[in-house]
Parts: sequence; structure tokens; C-alpha cells
Amino acid sequence: MAADTTVYKEIEGKGGDYYSLIGWLGVVVIAALYAVYNMEHYGHVVTGMTNAVVWGTPHVFAVFLIVAASGALNVASISSVFGKHHYKPLARLSAVTAMALLAGGLMILVLDLGRPDRLIIAMTYYNFKSIFAWNIILYNGFFVIVLAYLWMMMEKRMTPHSSKIGLFAFLWRLILTTGTGSIFGFLVARPGYDAAIMAPLFIAMSFAFGMAIFILIINVAYRGTGRPLGDVILFKMRNLLGVFIAAVLYFTVVQHLTNLYAAEHLDVQAFILMDGGIYTFLFWVVQVGIGGLFPLALLFNPATGRTCQGIAVASVLVIIGGLAQMYVIIIGGQAFPLLMFPGMEVSSSFFDGVLHPYTPSHWEVMLGLGGIAVALLIIAVGVKYLPLLPTSLSDAKIDPHHKAEEA
Amino acid sequence: MNEKTMSTPETDVDTSRRNLLKGGAAAAVVTLAPGVTLRTVEAAVTGPATSAQRWGMLIDATAPEHLWDLAVEACKAEQGWGPEYNTSGKANPLTDPQWIRKVSVKDPKTGAKATLPVMCQHCAKPPCVDVCPTGASMKRADGIVLVDKHICIGCRYCMMACPYSCRSFVHEDVKNQRPHMPRGKGTVESCTLCVHRVDAGQKPACVEALNNAGSNAIIFGDLNDPNSDISRAVAKHVTQRIRADLDLEPGVHYRGI
Repeated sequence: MAADTTVYKEIEGKGGDYYSLIGWLGVVVIAALYAVYNMEHYGHVVTGMTNAVVWGTPHVFAVFLIVAASGALNVASISSVFGKHHYKPLARLSAVTAMALLAGGLMILVLDLGRPDRLIIAMTYYNFKSIFAWNIILYNGFFVIVLAYLWMMMEKRMTPHSSKIGLFAFLWRLILTTGTGSIFGFLVARPGYDAAIMAPLFIAMSFAFGMAIFILIINVAYRGTGRPLGDVILFKMRNLLGVFIAAVLYFTVVQHLTNLYAAEHLDVQAFILMDGGIYTFLFWVVQVGIGGLFPLALLFNPATGRTCQGIAVASVLVIIGGLAQMYVIIIGGQAFPLLMFPGMEVSSSFFDGVLHPYTPSHWEVMLGLGGIAVALLIIAVGVKYLPLLPTSLSDAKIDPHHKAEEA
Repeated sequence: MNEKTMSTPETDVDTSRRNLLKGGAAAAVVTLAPGVTLRTVEAAVTGPATSAQRWGMLIDATAPEHLWDLAVEACKAEQGWGPEYNTSGKANPLTDPQWIRKVSVKDPKTGAKATLPVMCQHCAKPPCVDVCPTGASMKRADGIVLVDKHICIGCRYCMMACPYSCRSFVHEDVKNQRPHMPRGKGTVESCTLCVHRVDAGQKPACVEALNNAGSNAIIFGDLNDPNSDISRAVAKHVTQRIRADLDLEPGVHYRGI
């Protein structure tokens, strides 16, 4: 393979746009910390969470970001594991984005704990039968491996060996997303979760969400700095995003079809797919329509799929659809009552046998947005102080031979 | 904070996980770290919990419904939970803990009804223990499932895993806590099978309340002892366990659902 001639350079980051971006993100982070103060001072009673819906909006944001994190590493993996050299110039940013998204997601998860002050306990007491405990190890390991990977890519002496750790990082991320999906897949008590398909579904989701976020970051970074961004790399990412969206739709179809076949799961399926109110709306309209079919149409329609705006809009829609999908899976799965006595009508003062209400509180939304802001802050600061972004992603730089075909 | 002290002598519970508390029953005060101590209850504890016992209950769901109100009230008074223990003084039905509750079940096809109390089922294979990342959710050797409030981080995964909705999260500050049962905002709690009473040779509060009312609707005892009342009763009647299909082997048996 030809030597990498890409020139990486820190962005200037001096203009008003950059500082106002940093400022706004800072405001969102401070708002999130204020929300956390309230949730911890008064307790979770100030949130919309209850004894029935125990994981709320913070988990929607957190799991979304954690899943997207492993997907964002994909661009680096494609170049070093699958040898697609076109993606090589983006590998550094891909690694940083992955770590930033994971950090944002984990921040939400930790600050939503009943006792976030006991984080040290989570790091020192392990129940190895718990998929949650495995995830703590997988998340920490992800940081270490991706940091090493980034260093090897950036340190000239180590660059020839970076593909080995790239392969390791790729395998690790697959296991990590399997672990995240299994948090739900292993819940035998809940008819909305308990399914092995959660793991591959989450992997497909990670590819799509991570790629959508990455496309947007590239767009903003290159438009914002005036560096050249050609169509070749953009269209390649567009094609990948399309395939990933289709994969998510495929696993979603299989997930529900399999459950529809089992009589015992018909009620929960009817709830999500037909008469679940907000959950049914979010599923069909936002997740499948706005977040799946519509972006697919945008990406593969020549009028929109060949424009930067069309691809960016499709990416935004995938993110919105992804958040909706997380909401349906996490909240919808809890809103449906546990079947303590299948086939019987059950009632109690503890809300047995009824659909559980849940309305997100503004504190929860603030915390969730804070996680996103932290991720973006890390990226924004990272590209200013580290040589992560190539000075050019023009078609001539990426692949002069393909220019004629793609244009 | 009160939860720094825990008076229940959590004796030899799955030892691999609970080495920290080894020998806790023998000492009056165990210092874990500066300022963090475990105090043992005054009542005599005869020794560590062992698997020689398997504590369980047999609940007669055909008993008069008002008895379950007695059981719930007895639990509240014994353990100090319920809206009146919220520091705010306000009842929040969606977030207030319920360690034991009265559940009504009706067969929509036949109209047959039953009312029964549901509390932690003290499973032999408890999913809440499996999923707990820190090991705070634990099972003692004698089958009692507990939450170690010193290492519960409040992640609520156990609540996601419990098929019986038997765990509650402390959503706000609580007051008037019982010395034997400190509760902490931000941690998870559930029926302890009145472990502090059982270790002192007494019956759980709900069982005693029914006995005082002249009822044997809940029989408590050692399922491993063939001569115990509960063993004789479960040998005589076919009993049911909630969601028996999940094969979690709850220690709480029912009749007449």
C-alpha cells in the first residue's frame, strides 16, 4: 500500500463561530449538572421515573450514545481492518468521536445512578455474572484500546502496526455492543426485551447511528473550517449509511415478526405496534418512517442523495429515528406491565396489570442533552489541539481515479 | 447518613461475595473504614446463616382479604416504609416504595377471583442477584434475598430483572427509619423476610400479625426441615409459585390462586 501522504492539522478554532459553539455546549453541560444536582438533592422523585418505569429518558440518551460510539469507530475499522484506504484519512477523527460519544453516554448513565458518588464501588466490586459488570469492563477497555489505536495511528513509528490494534478494537466494539444489547436481551422477566436478537439489532443500530453522527461532524468541521470536502468520500459514507439503515430495518422486522409468532408475546407486540399511543407513534412514524424509510429515500434519490444537504438531512433523521427507537425499546418495554399471572386480570395499589405512565421531566432531558454536549465538546476541543483532521478531503486527495465515475 | 450504619448482621451470605462481612455476627461493632462501621443487633445471633435452612412461606390465597391489609400494615410499621415516612410528608403513589402489596387476580373467562399478598419471593435463582453489577443484590445461604445498601449504586437493573415488581427505589428522603432497617435515598429495597427477626428466632412481622389475629394464612418456616409446619403443609397441599415457568424456585409458595 502506498505511504499515507495525508497532512493532518489542528483547526484554527479562533473565530467567533468556534467560541460560540464551545460556549453553547458549555451552557448545556452546566444545565445538565444543575439537573443532576436537583435529581440527587431531592431524589429521583423530581424525574418522571417511577417504581415501574425505572429507566427513563437519561437511559434513552445514554444507550443511544454508547451504541453510536462503537459505530463511530467503524470508519477507522473499515480502513485498517478491511483495507479500504479511502477512509484512512478519517480514522483519527473516527477514534476520537467514538471515545467522545462513549464518554458522553457514560456520563449520563453514571449521573443518573441513585448514588453516583459510589462510582468507585462500581469499579471495585464486580459480580461477574452481571452483564452490567461486563459492560463496565468493556467500556473501560474500549477507552484504553481506542486510545492506544489513536496513538499508534498518530505516532509515525507505530503506524505500520496500527492495523493490528485496529482489528482488536473492531472485535472489542462488536463485543461491547453485544453487551449493551444483552442488557435488555438477558431480562427474562420482561416480554418486551428477553430476546437474543437484541445483540445483533444493537450492532446494526450502532453502525447506522455512529455513521450518521460521523457524517454530520465531518460536514460541520469541513464547512466550518473551509477545508475541501469532496463528493467521493461523502458518497462512500452515504452508501454505507444506506446499507446500515436497511440493516436496522431488517433486524427490526425480524425482532417483531419473531415475537408476533409467539402467542405469549402478542399482547406486548400489539401494544408497541398498534395501540401503544406514543410508543406506536414513535415506532411507525419516527423510528421506521422518519428515521428509516425517509432517509433511505433521501440517500438513494439522485436529486437529494448527491447533495451534501440531502445526506446531512438524512443523517439528522437517522439520529432522530434512533432516539425514538431507543425510547420505544427502553421506555415502551417498561410501560407494558409485567405478566405476573399470564391470562389473568391483575390489579393492585402498586399498579400491577396496568400500562405504566411515564412523562419525561425537564431534568432528565437536560441531563441527556448534557451528555451529547460533552461528547461534542470533546470532539471540538480535540480537533483544535490535536492533528486529527486532514487538511483536505477533496476528491483528488481521496481517490483521483474514481472521480470521473462518481461525479 | 443513616445508611452508613447497618445493624442487620448479614452473616455468611454467599461467602465468595461477602467476605467483607465475615465474622460480622460475632462482633458488636465492625469497623470497615474510618467512620464506617457495622453495628450488629442486640439480639443474639446463633451463628452464620447456612444452607442447612431454606426459609420460606406458604400463603393461603383463599384467606379473607382483610388479613392482607393487616400484613401490609405490620410490615410498614416494622420496617418503616410508606408515604408517612417521606420527609416531604407527601404521598407519591408512583414512586413510594411497597415492600409487600395486596394483589387482586381475576380470571376474565370465568370471573373467579383471588386476592393475595406479593412480596419478594426470595428465589433460589434470583435474577436480581444475577444482574446486580456490584453484588449488592445478594442471597444469603439460607435463601433470604437482600440488598446490601452499602454497595448498592442505585442502577435499578435489579428492578428491571425482577419478574414480580417486588423491588422499590427510594426516590426521596425518608425519615423515622428503624434502627434495624436503615433506608437510603438512591438505593433499592425490598422485603427482607424480616431477616433481623428471623435471626433472632422470631417470625416475620406480617406472619406474626396474622397469628395475633388468629390466622395461619401465612405459614413461615424452614423448608429444609421436614418437621416444620411449612414443610408438612407443602407436602400435603399442591402449592403454586408465581411465574413457576421461569424456574426461579421462589421460597414463597401459594395455595388457592
